[in-house]
Amino acid sequence: MSIIDDVEALKRMELFAKVEPAKLKLMAFAAERTQFRKGEEMVHQGDPADAAYIILEGRADVLVETPTGNLKVAEVGRDAFVGEIGILCDVPRTATVVATEDLTTLKITKDLFFRMVTDFPTISIEVMRVLAQRLEHANELLAATRH
Amino acid sequence: MSVRGAGMEHNLFRYIWRNSWRDQSVILAIVAVSYIFYFISLDLPKQIVNKAIQGEAFAAGNTTAKFLDLSIGPIESIGLPELTLLPGFDLDRISYLVALCFSFLFFVILNGWVKQIVNTEKGRLGERMLRRLRYELYDRVLRFPLSHFRKVKQAEIATMIKDEVEPLGGFIGDAYVTPAFLGGQALTALVFIMLQSVWLGLISVVVLAVQLVVIPILRRRILELGRQRQLTARQLAGRIAENVDGAVEIHANDTSNYERADIVNRLEKIFLIRFELYQRKYFVKYINNMLSQVTPFLFYLIGGYLALTGRFDVGSLVAVIAAYSNLPSPIKELIDWQQQSQDVQIKYEQVIEQFTPDGMMPPELQQPTDQVPAAPAGGFSAQSVAYYDEGGARLLDNAALEVGGRDHLAIVGFNGSGKEVLGLILARLTWPTTGTLRWGNADMATLPEGAIGRHISYVADETYLFPLSILDNVVYGLKHRPIAPAHYEGRALMHYQRRITEARRTANPTLDIYAQWIDFGAAGVDDLAGLKRRIIDLLPAVELDDDVYQFGLRGRIDPDEQPDVAARFLEARAAIHRRLEEPGMSHLVEHFDPNRYNRNMTVAENLLFGTPRGPVFDLAALRDNKVLANVIDAVGLKPALMAMGAKIGETMVELFADLPPGHPFFEQFSFVSADDLPLVQQLLNRVQRSGLENAAPADQQRLVAITFPYIESRHRLGLIDAELEARLLAGRRSFAETLPDEYQDYIEFFDPDRYNAAATVQDNMLFGRLVYGQAQAAQRIHRLLLDVVTEIGLKSEVLAVGLEHGVGTGGRRLTQAQRQKVALVRALVRRPRILILNNALAPLESAAQTRLVKALRQEMKDRCLILIADNAALCSIMDRVAVMRDGRVIEQGPLDRLARPGTALSDLGIGLQMAAS
Repeated sequence: MSIIDDVEALKRMELFAKVEPAKLKLMAFAAERTQFRKGEEMVHQGDPADAAYIILEGRADVLVETPTGNLKVAEVGRDAFVGEIGILCDVPRTATVVATEDLTTLKITKDLFFRMVTDFPTISIEVMRVLAQRLEHANELLAATRH
Repeated sequence: MSVRGAGMEHNLFRYIWRNSWRDQSVILAIVAVSYIFYFISLDLPKQIVNKAIQGEAFAAGNTTAKFLDLSIGPIESIGLPELTLLPGFDLDRISYLVALCFSFLFFVILNGWVKQIVNTEKGRLGERMLRRLRYELYDRVLRFPLSHFRKVKQAEIATMIKDEVEPLGGFIGDAYVTPAFLGGQALTALVFIMLQSVWLGLISVVVLAVQLVVIPILRRRILELGRQRQLTARQLAGRIAENVDGAVEIHANDTSNYERADIVNRLEKIFLIRFELYQRKYFVKYINNMLSQVTPFLFYLIGGYLALTGRFDVGSLVAVIAAYSNLPSPIKELIDWQQQSQDVQIKYEQVIEQFTPDGMMPPELQQPTDQVPAAPAGGFSAQSVAYYDEGGARLLDNAALEVGGRDHLAIVGFNGSGKEVLGLILARLTWPTTGTLRWGNADMATLPEGAIGRHISYVADETYLFPLSILDNVVYGLKHRPIAPAHYEGRALMHYQRRITEARRTANPTLDIYAQWIDFGAAGVDDLAGLKRRIIDLLPAVELDDDVYQFGLRGRIDPDEQPDVAARFLEARAAIHRRLEEPGMSHLVEHFDPNRYNRNMTVAENLLFGTPRGPVFDLAALRDNKVLANVIDAVGLKPALMAMGAKIGETMVELFADLPPGHPFFEQFSFVSADDLPLVQQLLNRVQRSGLENAAPADQQRLVAITFPYIESRHRLGLIDAELEARLLAGRRSFAETLPDEYQDYIEFFDPDRYNAAATVQDNMLFGRLVYGQAQAAQRIHRLLLDVVTEIGLKSEVLAVGLEHGVGTGGRRLTQAQRQKVALVRALVRRPRILILNNALAPLESAAQTRLVKALRQEMKDRCLILIADNAALCSIMDRVAVMRDGRVIEQGPLDRLARPGTALSDLGIGLQMAAS
């Protein structure tokens, strides 16, 4: 598996879909392939957020701590972007993610992410656009629940 | 107070005479003998001209003359008849001339030889005196009162001992000999001239008198300038040292330009002083030369007149002028000597002044003793102890303190209570101004340093570590005196004896640095191995074991010196490999397998397959390494690597071309620096035009070198397939097989069955690379290493390697907390009767302070521990407490009695805390 696969994976991300391939290649090159074994934690709730992960292969559970124990709130798999909220908003991890199979991920450190955003304004515009869409989506959901 | 102003001789000449009169006398005697030869060598030219050339000896028509007829007398007044010592030979005129000329040559040579002996003797005498003086000054530094070190700058002290006394050494040999030698020479010449002609003699005397009076007057200002030059230069050295010490402050406060201005100002002053000195020196030289030249002018004029009028023979005139030509140089040198003597006298005084502070420790307190001085029984008792600092501020005022020999006492106090000074006084690092401090029955003021340094350990809040290993710094506390002499045989014994004789001659102590100094007995062990074990046992108490373990993992050992230890690390290597085969671990490390390409190592590392020693096979130098280039060529790797290099180059240009130079990505991820990127672009263009095979040899080399830092599993460009791997392996084998002998020392190959001396302990045990991109790999492997090391009982070996870790200049390779812990180990290892911690734990965080105090109390069980602490809360874990305020001990007693409301201790907030807990 080479860097070309990583570029493809980045392209499939909503945030990076419209970024020029050359930039994505640089990002892929600077990012680190990170493997997790089944049962290992990718992120732990409450820890400071230092990186986001793109799952290239494998599956993981998203767990939230409750007084009665961990509650599984979602399951993620190939092409999921894990932990991006943490690095964007600079908040501690809001959930714990545990690998349920052997995982291959692309680790994008906070530092790398912000470097890319500052150096290439096209990326920051994409990020804004995607976040705005998410906000609108959330608003719609909110409006729907009120009615 | 037992202190001594301990003067040094202030007069340089008296100092020299007192310490070298024997040597000086011998030289003076040789000089005295040399005058005879000198006089003869002056007289011979006259004889050659008058007797041989002008034929006086053959005046009466004789065809022969007597040569070498030595006779004395007759002296009628004492009735001595003529004694013929040698009857002489009869020689004809030519032979007579030849004989006289050869006699002249003989005496010239003899004269020169004697001169050379005198110079050698002078040199040795000077060097001996310099050695004596330097030692004496250094000895004084070791006896300075500690307060004096606050006033002096280390660079200035060093400059004085090293540079400023240096000219003294050159001068000391000349101090007596030169005036004697040159004065005698001048006098001989003068007497000779006088004998030839009283008038010419008188002329010389008058001119010389003028020289001897005028020149020194002119030189007074020069001496003053010389003094200033010395002072300003010393201060410059001091300032530069300050700048080095205060480098952080200079940057943090942006005062570099202020410092520049200061130095510029000083340099200007030095320049002005030196230039004026220069001008005056040459002016004096000019006057001096002129006066010297006036005399021959008078000789020619008056002597010529006398000769012409027949009142003086030509031979005598030639001899007088020859004699005079010998006169100015001794006179000039004599005048120089006089100036130099004044100059060095001033230098000497200036240096001595700096080395005679008040309150120097009497030398007998530091006398090395053969037996360990016994420690007095019991604890401390201080009665009305007062201490005033240099400014007269009263830091201790009538302090009274009782400490039992087994007490664990905390001394706490309010700000400015004087507790730190009390700590210094208890360790006798400072003497009280008034009052007495007793240790058992002994007066602390008269106890030898041997007793205090061996039985009391003292640690302050800042510890200076010598730039050695941790072990050496700990062992330092055990080197009080030579325990066993070094063993010498044959030549070495001869050298040693010469060393001792020479040391005695220069009043240096005969302490031998090569003797066995470590007092194992004091640490309760038999040998170095035992001492290491004891130190390792002490590490957990001061919480230094983890740090030393880390140092050990990064340390190196020499398997030839420690074959057993190396074998055990190999054992660990095998054990770790077994553990790594367990499921869930195997993916973390890729081993150094000679028969497999390691995808977590660079291309270059895969080819070399060893640890470089020195820069020859360093990655940075590999591009131009012929040996590796030949191997790559020989196994046919070159085309593949060039193609790979071109691909990497293209990718780099593609990825990084848009980034501004200096972007952090270059450093983090790129194979090429931002500056080199255009060069790579040009390289690729050139290669594209010419094709890979036809590229210039230098370009081919560059392309190959681009691949060297490439790591397949990290960079993931997918460039190394199975076929290339096989070829690289062939290259690896070929490199190892064909490595020329002269390169064998520059690399140590990875061999699964051998300990690699060039690699760290950790790399030797792991014998592989961490696999890239495995979450938590580093932590897990670290834990695995620790587990294995502990399991097979290797931890103390790793710690022993860690003890060899160099601490750097002033211990700066350690953190302040680590330095303190090393100091604590040093304090504990000699099992002191009393341990004084003068805020020693302050650099540690509060919880660690508490843990350490508990551990130290355990170590010092049944012995005395005095803990002086700003952190007053620490007294809650001690037995007894003394509270200080305004230089007095206002409360002392058991903790439970003081830890209640209304006491001074409770004012410090301690009693209340205790009550609450």
